[in-house]
Amino acid sequence: MADPRKIRVLVGKPGLDGHDRGAKVVASALRDAGMEVIYTGLRSTPEMIVATAIQESCDVIGLSVLSGAHETIASRTLELLRAQGADIPILMGGVIPPEDRTRLAALGIEAIFGQEATLQEIIDGVRQLAAKKEAVQ
Amino acid sequence: MNDSKPTPQTQSGSPIAPLYQPPGGAPPSIGKPGEYPFTRGIYPSMYLGKMWTMRQYAGFGTPEETNARFKYLLQGGQTGLSVALDLPTQLGYDSDAPEAAGEVGKVGVAIDSLADMETVFDGIPLDKVSTSFTINATAPILLAMYEAVATKQGVARERIAGTIQNDLLKEFGARGAWIFPIRPSLRLAVDAIEYSIDRLPRFNPISIASHFRDAGATPAEEAAYTLSDGVAYVKACLERGLDIDKFAPRLSFFFYTYVNFFEEVAKYRAARRLWARLMRDTFGAKNAEAWRLRIACVCGGHSLTQAEPLNNIARTTIETMAVACAGLQSVFTAAYDEAFAIPTELSARTALRVQQIVAYESDVAKTVDPLAGSYFVEALTNEMETKISTLMDDIENQGGMVRCLEEGIIQRRIAERAFEYQRDLDAGKVPVVGVNVFKSEEPTPMAIHKVDAASEQAKAAAVKKLRATRQQAATTQALDALEQAARGSNNLMAPIYDAVMAYATVGEISDRLRKVFGVYIPSTTF
Repeated sequence: MADPRKIRVLVGKPGLDGHDRGAKVVASALRDAGMEVIYTGLRSTPEMIVATAIQESCDVIGLSVLSGAHETIASRTLELLRAQGADIPILMGGVIPPEDRTRLAALGIEAIFGQEATLQEIIDGVRQLAAKKEAVQ
Repeated sequence: MNDSKPTPQTQSGSPIAPLYQPPGGAPPSIGKPGEYPFTRGIYPSMYLGKMWTMRQYAGFGTPEETNARFKYLLQGGQTGLSVALDLPTQLGYDSDAPEAAGEVGKVGVAIDSLADMETVFDGIPLDKVSTSFTINATAPILLAMYEAVATKQGVARERIAGTIQNDLLKEFGARGAWIFPIRPSLRLAVDAIEYSIDRLPRFNPISIASHFRDAGATPAEEAAYTLSDGVAYVKACLERGLDIDKFAPRLSFFFYTYVNFFEEVAKYRAARRLWARLMRDTFGAKNAEAWRLRIACVCGGHSLTQAEPLNNIARTTIETMAVACAGLQSVFTAAYDEAFAIPTELSARTALRVQQIVAYESDVAKTVDPLAGSYFVEALTNEMETKISTLMDDIENQGGMVRCLEEGIIQRRIAERAFEYQRDLDAGKVPVVGVNVFKSEEPTPMAIHKVDAASEQAKAAAVKKLRATRQQAATTQALDALEQAARGSNNLMAPIYDAVMAYATVGEISDRLRKVFGVYIPSTTF
């Protein structure tokens, strides 16, 4: 198999919540799976996340939110991406009640991984989204 | 103990003695409860004298909603309040700040000014309850507000009881709710401790907390990092010129308890022994109260699962049993829906019932330190003590906890542990029922607490109104005085109290301090 370009993923921790255990674990797993991972650290704003994702030519954005602010953050990030004409798929993880998942999907969030998702499931999810993006372009 | 109380008995009619020990007494490393080195507990009669405090973490939405939840919990037999604050309050933003969008009232109640604090405690006499605040970067502001509410209620400040978490070091190591850089954060923490020593004699001005565990640390690392933070605060207070025999008895601790029952019991027994030795021998405290490690804890956290949430009731029951066997002072049991949202009334009540069942239906509270003398538990206690002590020495050798946090050493170690754990979990090496063993595909029907989206707008409007109607000249003057003081080295509690009384908001006070201290820049390594 030809060595494809490394998948580039932005892992972001938007909002005010400081619980970054999940974000760091996912970032490490994606790195070990051979991807290029950019972690933006705590309290990254949607503005900063979108600017970095575009600048770094990211294929996928992963957002971790545990504070209940997921809808506000998802809307804002998608709005900024669209305004920039950037088509970068977003997946989310964290504490997200099941009933909010359909609303997030309707907003345009491509995938949501709950607390019990395995690292392999997340790696596969990122690969699928990156492949889908590649196919569209 | 009250003489008229009947002697506790087993169901078969045998008496249960308050204390069991081998003929001739236990060896000195185990000793007697209430005596150095406190392996068996910090009080002679433990729960026979006073049941642990059942303190459920609660708070959401507006101050009115939280006031109603508090009254509900107090009527249900809860014995202490624990205030959850929303993230904007924790990080020094008002409800109408752009940074607060979507976060107002979500993980706790939104407090913008003294007016909100008055509402939260409306009809709750502050001389009758004790209140714990999980607040750190803005702890001095919230402490000043609580004291101000008491004063307005006509309660003497000497009589108010409670705790502010006020532990900034673990925010840099694990929890992430910092505002200012490490050194000014430490200064503010010590300011609150110094202020409380004489002025608020029944208040714990710090609760040194172990969020390292929930971020990934093992139990031994959790204890080592938390006690090392304790050492850092002791050193900071000594540098401030405070008397160890006066401030050390006021330090309290907060730990996490998971389902690993025996190791948890051993961890707490070992931590008490170690702290007692440190305080007496290393720091030379003479007051026996300074040697006692007073511990509150949460049962739950990362040990709870989103899969089959009702299983979490079994987990918190085992965890509560562990802390009862370990002789802790105050317990919070997380609700079974913690992995989804903040609790509903049903899940919050059930969580409190877990504690009440352990306390009053099981016999665990009828004799002190019931597991003492178990070959397993005593061996494990010794083993934990050695492990914790080695880790603490390692931290000291690297320049102490403040240095290790500045260098990111602790953060990296914890992140590695969390990654290791997740890989072990995925590989099935750590069994978690309902997650990687005995899974069912059927979802559990559950009602989830939902914060009213209108609360955020209402709260934002309320703080705007407050700013428009207060006596602005007095507020500005108090804020100017605070900023001036922050540039010097005096204790900042008095100017913060004055600003609070002038209805300055949490955001305004924090902004003035940000201007002087700057803000912490988080790391992006993983």
